[in-house]
Amino acid sequence: MNSAIELEATQPTGGNLQWGLWWRQVRAILRMEVKKNFWGKRALLIYVFAAIPVLVMFLLTFADPDAGNDINKFWSSAQEIFANIFEALILRTMVFFGCAWIFMNLFRGEVVDKSLHYYFLSSLRREVLVAGKYFSGLVTSVILFSLTTAGSLFFLYWARDYPANVNYLFDGPGLGQCLTYLGVTILGCIGYGAVFMFIGLFFRNPIIPALLVYGWEWLNFLLPPVLKKISIIHYLHTLAPVPMNEGPLATVVAATSPWISVPSLLIFTVLVLAMAAVKIRRHEISYGSE
Amino acid sequence: MNESANHNSDKLIVFENVSKFYGEILGVNRVNLTISPGITSLVGPNGSGKTTLMNLMTGLIQPSRGTIRVLGVTPDDPQRMFSFMGYCGQFDSFPRGMTGFDFVFSFLLVHGFPKKEAEAMAWRAIERVDLVEAAHRKVAGYSKGMRQRIRLAQSIAHDPSVIILDEPLNGLDPMARDETKRLFRQLAKDGLHLIISSHILHELEEMSDTIVLINNGYILAEGGVSSVREEKMEEHPMQIMIRCDRPAEFASRVFASDSVVEAQLHEDKHGLFIKTRNADSFYSLLNKMVAEQGFNVETVAPVDDNLNAVYHYLIGSGGGGQA
Ligand SMILES: Nc1ncnc2c1ncn2[C@@H]1O[C@H](COP(=O)(O)OP(=O)(O)OP(=O)(O)O)[C@@H](O)[C@H]1O
Ligand SMILES: [Mg+2]
Repeated sequence: MNSAIELEATQPTGGNLQWGLWWRQVRAILRMEVKKNFWGKRALLIYVFAAIPVLVMFLLTFADPDAGNDINKFWSSAQEIFANIFEALILRTMVFFGCAWIFMNLFRGEVVDKSLHYYFLSSLRREVLVAGKYFSGLVTSVILFSLTTAGSLFFLYWARDYPANVNYLFDGPGLGQCLTYLGVTILGCIGYGAVFMFIGLFFRNPIIPALLVYGWEWLNFLLPPVLKKISIIHYLHTLAPVPMNEGPLATVVAATSPWISVPSLLIFTVLVLAMAAVKIRRHEISYGSE
Repeated sequence: MNESANHNSDKLIVFENVSKFYGEILGVNRVNLTISPGITSLVGPNGSGKTTLMNLMTGLIQPSRGTIRVLGVTPDDPQRMFSFMGYCGQFDSFPRGMTGFDFVFSFLLVHGFPKKEAEAMAWRAIERVDLVEAAHRKVAGYSKGMRQRIRLAQSIAHDPSVIILDEPLNGLDPMARDETKRLFRQLAKDGLHLIISSHILHELEEMSDTIVLINNGYILAEGGVSSVREEKMEEHPMQIMIRCDRPAEFASRVFASDSVVEAQLHEDKHGLFIKTRNADSFYSLLNKMVAEQGFNVETVAPVDDNLNAVYHYLIGSGGGGQA
């Protein structure tokens, strides 16, 4: 006789706010999802992908024996080149597609595996599920792409003389710049993550919306100032310590102050997440031919 | 918060006029059903709407019309609903790369149980389905019967008081079947609500308190085992074929009436099928329509053969045919 089950499982429920419980549930989701993100078969490709900019920087600085000299002599142009690599390669390609892959798979991957219903059948608010899934994507992408940015920066500085580095890093703007690069990378993950999780949740075929976002973000520099601000790259671009030169066609718009850019991005993210939380309440499980 | 405490409905599962359409396809139609504690069997052939009904009950899909309450809670409050409900569905799939124990344990954490408690509960559930030895193996390497059992363990691990099981005996060998049935009886003895679906009536018959027969999306009969067996055919929806002009208009008019539960146009566009629970009132409606709206009705013929067939398949002595 197994009568031990009787009264034990009376969990706290009801209409009031239960942050303690929800935080525990978010951690439980993180535990499962982050493991899946880093150790699944799908993870290997993304490691290779995230390493590409580091490899590029390595080739630029190490493969050419004169690179060290050149970088010493032309430090400011080296920085500009790095700014281009950061924005064009790291932000607009690695972070963009990396987040697309990681965040769209949060829900879509489980629809493909036909395992999303286990979450829906738990004593779990759907809003908490959205939060948990989003954080797990964030943890994964922030770890991965911060390493990408840090690794790329490492090779930029590595090629230079030791004393020049120390001077620039600690007596000059260097350290601040490095931290800003990292901060912009993280903000990129935050913003793109929310957008792609939303797309992955609500579009049967997410490729087309994802490509539309991609086109919008790349053409951003041509857009009139008002439309420019409806994008993620605009804020990331104005936050970058050494802005990439967008070319002669770019529309000129006064740089947005970080005091506006950062909160704007965060508010935008919260709005997208709130929309996802509202929509998922009426989301139906249908795995196709079942 | 104090919900409108209705003591009756707080112990029951209530479907009120529930319909579900998948686009054009009918899932279930106009289901009115009240399920009391004990073991309830939901029996019907393939495609009859058993899974649809269970998915509606658990909020995996949304009804096109109607409302559902489980012990007074609606499916749009999953946090409350699944604190007392467990659902072992028909999907034979799992999150990637997990062992049996991981699977049960991880979702107990998602329920919000602290680690220690979750671990103890997971082992207890795994013991109940007799999978302790295989618990640390990857689910991907389990046999079909083992997968069925670990999913059962997952759905009962948080000690729910309402358990919904979609064809839980599928894929089990005779010994595991007996074990599982014994487990169900044990759970029901503890005062739980068990709703179990099957397409084989006699498989569940002797252990059920209530039987619900379903076919083509309609509830055919509901009640105790003996009453379902004895229930007269007249009380089941009767299908009638009608040949007439303007069948689409005819359909929309009769469909508005309470006595008609379904109207379906015939492929050749010169007639329609209707289903009625009350043939007498339908015939008087028909006469009225001919008289007042001038429909030109050619033939009226009951076509209840397939319904009879289903009923006998389910109820008849030979039915099902699987041991
Ligand atoms: N996602 C869906 N999209 C379209 N039609 C569906 C979907 N799910 C179910 N149906 C249809 O709804 C009807 C009822 O299906 P359901 O799965 O509820 O039957 P069932 O009684 O569970 O059958 P089985 O014994 O095969 O499991 C069927 O006609 C089916 O084709
Ligand atoms: Mg089914």
